[in-house]
Amino acid sequence: MGNSLARVAAMTLRYWYLLRASWPRLLEALYWPTMTMLVWGFLQLYLSQDRSSLAGAAGLLLGAVLLWDILFRGQLGFTFSFLEEIWSRNLANLMMSPLRPAELALSLMVMSFVRLVIGTIPVTILAALIFGFNIYGLGLGVGAFFGNLVLTGWALGLVVCGVVLRNGLGAESLAYSIMIVLLPVSCVYYPVSILPAWLQPLSWTIPPTYVFEGLRSILLDHQFRADLMLECLALNLVYLALGFASFLLLLRSGRRNGALLTMGE
Amino acid sequence: MDNIEAFEPAGPQQNGMLVPVTTRPPLVAPSAPPAILVENLTKTYGANTAVKDVSFSVPPGATVGLLGGNGAGKTTTIAMIMGLVIPTSGRATVLGHDMARERYRALGRMNFESPYVAMPAKLTVRENLEVFGRLYGVKGLRARISQLVEEFDLGDVLGRATGSLSAGQKTRVSIAKALLNDPEVLLLDEPTASLDPDRAEWVRASLQAYQRRRNASILLSSHNMFEVEAMCNFVVIMSYGHVVETGAPAELIRRYGCESLDEVFMVIAREEGEEAWYEGERSEEPEQEQTTQTSVVASAA
Repeated sequence: MGNSLARVAAMTLRYWYLLRASWPRLLEALYWPTMTMLVWGFLQLYLSQDRSSLAGAAGLLLGAVLLWDILFRGQLGFTFSFLEEIWSRNLANLMMSPLRPAELALSLMVMSFVRLVIGTIPVTILAALIFGFNIYGLGLGVGAFFGNLVLTGWALGLVVCGVVLRNGLGAESLAYSIMIVLLPVSCVYYPVSILPAWLQPLSWTIPPTYVFEGLRSILLDHQFRADLMLECLALNLVYLALGFASFLLLLRSGRRNGALLTMGE
Repeated sequence: MDNIEAFEPAGPQQNGMLVPVTTRPPLVAPSAPPAILVENLTKTYGANTAVKDVSFSVPPGATVGLLGGNGAGKTTTIAMIMGLVIPTSGRATVLGHDMARERYRALGRMNFESPYVAMPAKLTVRENLEVFGRLYGVKGLRARISQLVEEFDLGDVLGRATGSLSAGQKTRVSIAKALLNDPEVLLLDEPTASLDPDRAEWVRASLQAYQRRRNASILLSSHNMFEVEAMCNFVVIMSYGHVVETGAPAELIRRYGCESLDEVFMVIAREEGEEAWYEGERSEEPEQEQTTQTSVVASAA
């Protein structure tokens, strides 16, 4: 166990050294969340000039955008750290070391969290200063939302990394695009009830749906739905396990078809 | 030369496996189990056979050279020994562990170096050695890094980003990383590539000194026949995915009536080229094709 933690720490150190040495990477962690927050924040301001019910739900759009960004960045941070190994032609070094797949996955999770903290905390502070929206005012909900969204991001990140291992860098674009598939059915900006009846059950199989419904519940009804968060957590744990299983299967498949030899092409 | 079984064994056999013949004093008792054991290793990708029925062993304390032209199957063979590729059939065992099924039991005791694999470019040399040292669970890491820095003259580049180094400096860093965990088994792919002759000789001497001290087993892949002659107790020559010749360098030179291992390699490469033609791989204008194929194979060697 001690050796395992040491290896996880070694990989986390590796990614930290990279982040520290590369200002564009640090800037990127801050840049996109900040720009997204600004655009949606101003949209929120514009809509609040109207006396619609949406305008009355202060922070609904901005809150949704901030949380969506946590989901998106969480997955991207996980996947990008993995892609760094391929871009730097370091993957074979790692595969030849005692580092186990689970340890690599854990270190990617740690780094995803670090990147999120770097990107998200300053943005939430800016949102409070510029638009008067304090996400921390949501209380316990923030922790539950954050935790669940990060878990979903990691589960998807594992699948993406596995697909890249199996199919090479041709699958790299999946890192940027996979989350967009969830966007319409996660009901980020609208309630589940807006979806067609046949689509709603599918929406409830996706963990982020619970988070965004929970956000609307706090902001519109002033009620924290712990039941939604627990159901979300249960779903996330299942998907995380499936994500890791698919990562292992795809890694093994990559070893069978020689994909690891041609990585980088 | 279709199959190694068609030939008389070049040296003493043990359990059906050729053991290295060396003109130098034996390094270990002949009965010691091999550090690397490759048995009937085959790898096919669909209709394409990259490696076919390859067998050889690397005893403890020995250096075995794996030679062959481009496309001979060396990289795939080495990848199967490293566990990066799962064989279609056969087995590659390192320190008694099947690398397709239980590679993690061996990985902590082995290491490798290849110019086709890089270390993270943005990390400094020190940071890279520190990360890999931690991955391998090296005790007394700081002292070990200092020792390797001194041995491979890396003091001036320790604080520089690895990606900013020259090719020769990168090679030395890679070898230092390969020795971090004091491995019992080393896989070296072109270990002195990009090094000037003086440095190359120095690195070879360092590797041989390490081998003697540690009784390490080395599998060396190289196109530098001088290096192979200098370092290897035994060579395995591959072509078109299978083993076509084995033996100690001096013995092969004598058997083929050549003056160097380079010449031996050329002779074998030409013969392999002719064999491939006779097997119908060249169907048009036989004479022209034969000359062309021989030239291609010879230049690849």
